[in-house]
Amino acid sequence: MSPARRPILLIAPSLVFMTALFAWPLIVAIGQAFTGPGGPTTAHLERMIDDPYFWPAARNTALLIVVLIPVQFALALTMALLLRERPKFAGFYFYVWVVPLAISDLAAGLVWLAVFTDRGYLNSIFHTDYAYLSHEHPTTMFLAVIVAELWRATSLVFVIIVAGLQGVPKDYDEAAEVFGAGYVKRLRHVILPQLRPSLQVALILRTILALETFAVAQALTGRNLPLLVGETYQWYGFLQNPNVASAIALVILAVSLLAAFGYLRLMREAHR
Amino acid sequence: MTQRVNRRTLLAAVASTPLLAACGGVSTSGSGGEGSVDFLSTQFLPVEERQRFEKILADHVKTKVGFNPIDASVFATTVQSQVDAGQTKVSLLGGLHGDLAPQKDRLMDLDDLAKQLSDRQFPADLIELGKLGGGSLKYVPWMQATYLLAVNKAALQWLPSGADPQNLTYDQLLAWVTAGRQGNGGKPIFGFPGGPKGLNHRFFQGFLLPSFTGGQITTFRSPEAATAWQYMKELWAQTAPASTNYDFMQEPLERGEVMIGFDHVARLVNAPKSKPDDWLMVPAPKGPKGLGYMIVIAALAIPKGAPQADKAKEVIKALTTPSIQVEVLRANAFFPVAKAELPGDLPKPISLEAAGVKAQQSASSAIVSLPPVGLGAKDGEVAQIFKNCFKEICLDGKPVQAVLDDQAGKLNAILDQLKVACWKPDPAGSPCKAM
Amino acid sequence: MKRLALQAGCIAITLFMAVPLYLIALAAFSSRESLNRFPLPLLPTDFSTETIQGFLGSTGVVPAAINSVMVGLSTVILALLIGVPAGYALARYAFRGKQPYQLFLLLTRALPIVVLSVPLARIFLASGLYDTTYAVTLLHTALALPTTVLITSAVFVAVSPEQEEAAQIFGASPLTAFVRVVMPQALPGIAAAAVFTFVMSWNEVLGASILTLNQRTLPAQVLATLSFSPLAYRFAGGFALVVPALVFIAIMRKYLLNMWGTTLR
Repeated sequence: MSPARRPILLIAPSLVFMTALFAWPLIVAIGQAFTGPGGPTTAHLERMIDDPYFWPAARNTALLIVVLIPVQFALALTMALLLRERPKFAGFYFYVWVVPLAISDLAAGLVWLAVFTDRGYLNSIFHTDYAYLSHEHPTTMFLAVIVAELWRATSLVFVIIVAGLQGVPKDYDEAAEVFGAGYVKRLRHVILPQLRPSLQVALILRTILALETFAVAQALTGRNLPLLVGETYQWYGFLQNPNVASAIALVILAVSLLAAFGYLRLMREAHR
Repeated sequence: MTQRVNRRTLLAAVASTPLLAACGGVSTSGSGGEGSVDFLSTQFLPVEERQRFEKILADHVKTKVGFNPIDASVFATTVQSQVDAGQTKVSLLGGLHGDLAPQKDRLMDLDDLAKQLSDRQFPADLIELGKLGGGSLKYVPWMQATYLLAVNKAALQWLPSGADPQNLTYDQLLAWVTAGRQGNGGKPIFGFPGGPKGLNHRFFQGFLLPSFTGGQITTFRSPEAATAWQYMKELWAQTAPASTNYDFMQEPLERGEVMIGFDHVARLVNAPKSKPDDWLMVPAPKGPKGLGYMIVIAALAIPKGAPQADKAKEVIKALTTPSIQVEVLRANAFFPVAKAELPGDLPKPISLEAAGVKAQQSASSAIVSLPPVGLGAKDGEVAQIFKNCFKEICLDGKPVQAVLDDQAGKLNAILDQLKVACWKPDPAGSPCKAM
Repeated sequence: MKRLALQAGCIAITLFMAVPLYLIALAAFSSRESLNRFPLPLLPTDFSTETIQGFLGSTGVVPAAINSVMVGLSTVILALLIGVPAGYALARYAFRGKQPYQLFLLLTRALPIVVLSVPLARIFLASGLYDTTYAVTLLHTALALPTTVLITSAVFVAVSPEQEEAAQIFGASPLTAFVRVVMPQALPGIAAAAVFTFVMSWNEVLGASILTLNQRTLPAQVLATLSFSPLAYRFAGGFALVVPALVFIAIMRKYLLNMWGTTLR
């Protein structure tokens, strides 16, 4: 086995596996978006764009990503750095902070619905009657989804960063400290650069998953806050139109790829 | 130290894989197994409904049935992929009219079975529906339901004078909920299943529009329809805004979030459970043209290539016998389609509903609506048009006639492709379109 | 002072993460009537196991749980076997087609499964694997591969190649060098990938629903119906579904936290 062939052999099983399973469904899905009874057509795309829910869904999805991802990363980084200082009960904290990972998004939606609903826990604690999730209050509706998603999905980023932090040698950090660098300086110049590969992976994965999951948003707001993936399900299931569903799915795919490509480019350094 | 632990665990994991691989899985559908009928259903998903129905199957149906209730879109995927691939594994399908209609080309013809069931005396309307717009019978009616208004007796204090809850008009309903809201400190007392899984489109198709216009499709943008939607706008202003999140009304009613609610009988039945004497189940209100109401049909069908088609037919025969139909009513609040005498010992919530249903059906000015016939896969898109009318008129506040004209255009675009005949309450005649 | 601020921060975050869990448990173990009251009780005053018992006693819950465990563990093993070598390749080698390969992996994860469901079901029907736990394992492995490959590659990058080369100079084969030098250091990443894989597989609903009929996994059997069930059942179901994943994380926690603060060089 020559060293040149080695990488190909190592990735071969994964390539074969994914191709065997996904290649044909992928082609079928792409095909469905562009074929009609008379051959290739853009009719489905036009239908998708004309739909009153499409642009709000696209806007909401974009807004969700732009607000959620930075906040999640900030929170996850804070959590990882807090634990890095090895406070007492670190083990216990770590376990509790990872637990939301185990919760399915359906269950997470249920819990936060119970918190935010009209006669839910939030209103119970403050003895108020505010309709957080009503379509009349779009801001609180959106914020509720952000909070619920923050709770549910930050653990993913947190675990990746923690795993990545393991590889950051304490020597550099301690050396920098000895030479008088403050915490923020150490963070920016020693720790974060070493975390780059993990952060990159976490960003890509989290963005793609954020574009995908909508169960929590749907549990909380129904179709009052339309999202792209929710529309995919709606067109596929209720409206029995797999063509438009595929078209929307391709939009999601395109955005995900763009984001992934962007991240890979942005974070490409001398490291790799 | 760490390395040794790693290796040991790794070895153990790898060694146990062959063991895991040896089992293909443990069966999860109760009495499944060799030779049993795989019954795929979109009905009776909730855990308790499912258990009660399985008990009925076990106690009263001789053939072994593996009951598998699943979500509607998984239902569609399963039927489609199995039948199209020629590898049908399920033998019996149970679903609403809207679940089975898109699959009409994948269902077996059941004309011979229908002949054997002539003594069940299914209403002729339902048999007609079961042909799904074609020539032969594709499904056998299984159960039916309709919509009622559930009223907590505490709301009666605001009933306008001279109004009889069993005989309301839409205007009286509006006056009632308006007074109720004022009396309740500004908090609406009326709720509506406007959630994503709510069946509010059936309300518009089968209740509101026929009561005001006498039709469903042909009168879609007539002046009477505009009046109907204007009314709906006013009613919505008095409805609990949380209704856009309500899929089922029974919980908000039970919790006291609203006091009057309109919904499918099976989705109302739990509301009176704890205190049946506090509740009334009344027919839907009357409009200028009469009391429009729609029946919801659940039916049984056999997919093409079913492995146990004959046994499935036995199950259909059993499930349509009057005694079992009454058992299903008792258990899950779905009403019989076969001619059956209702016993006097039904649970209180069910007998409340039965009374309401009877009153509704025998009203002098009743206008029966059927769910759309022959739309196939477009059933959902047509339903969406009605939902969009609601959204644009009531939620977005757009001008009524403009929205109706716009949506009528979209409706006709779909109907023109299908060229189907109109169904009740519109006069029969093809092709059906909004005038 | 710094210690206090540290603890305060940790506690604040812990509360945010833990309170909803407490609420699930509370609601799962409350009687149905207490869930209809307003204001909702915040303390377990109405303790009752009736909903949980009802839930556990419903058809097929225990066999479905067994299926889920089998699928989950098999998926982890298969995904690691296929994914770890690929992650290593991504970390160590710069080969042609590296970026297209990464994008290809992500592409498959970026398409909602619902759109792929009919062709996927047909593949498994045609291969005779329909309605077996193998089918679900294969699907879940495919869904887990992108995470596994990418996370392990990020962690392998951090392990210096010099150590491997040193081991090989001293006579170890490339494989031995990998297993005895690289893997122990990359264990947190591998453990992280294992945790994600198991949890993803455990909670995955749609794929499992379309690929099975009578040999369902727990989510396929139960989760999908939760939204139609009464409130109390939804909480009981949500709670019961969490427990095994919690156990798995408790086990893997040790590997995730391996080598806190050890000097690596």
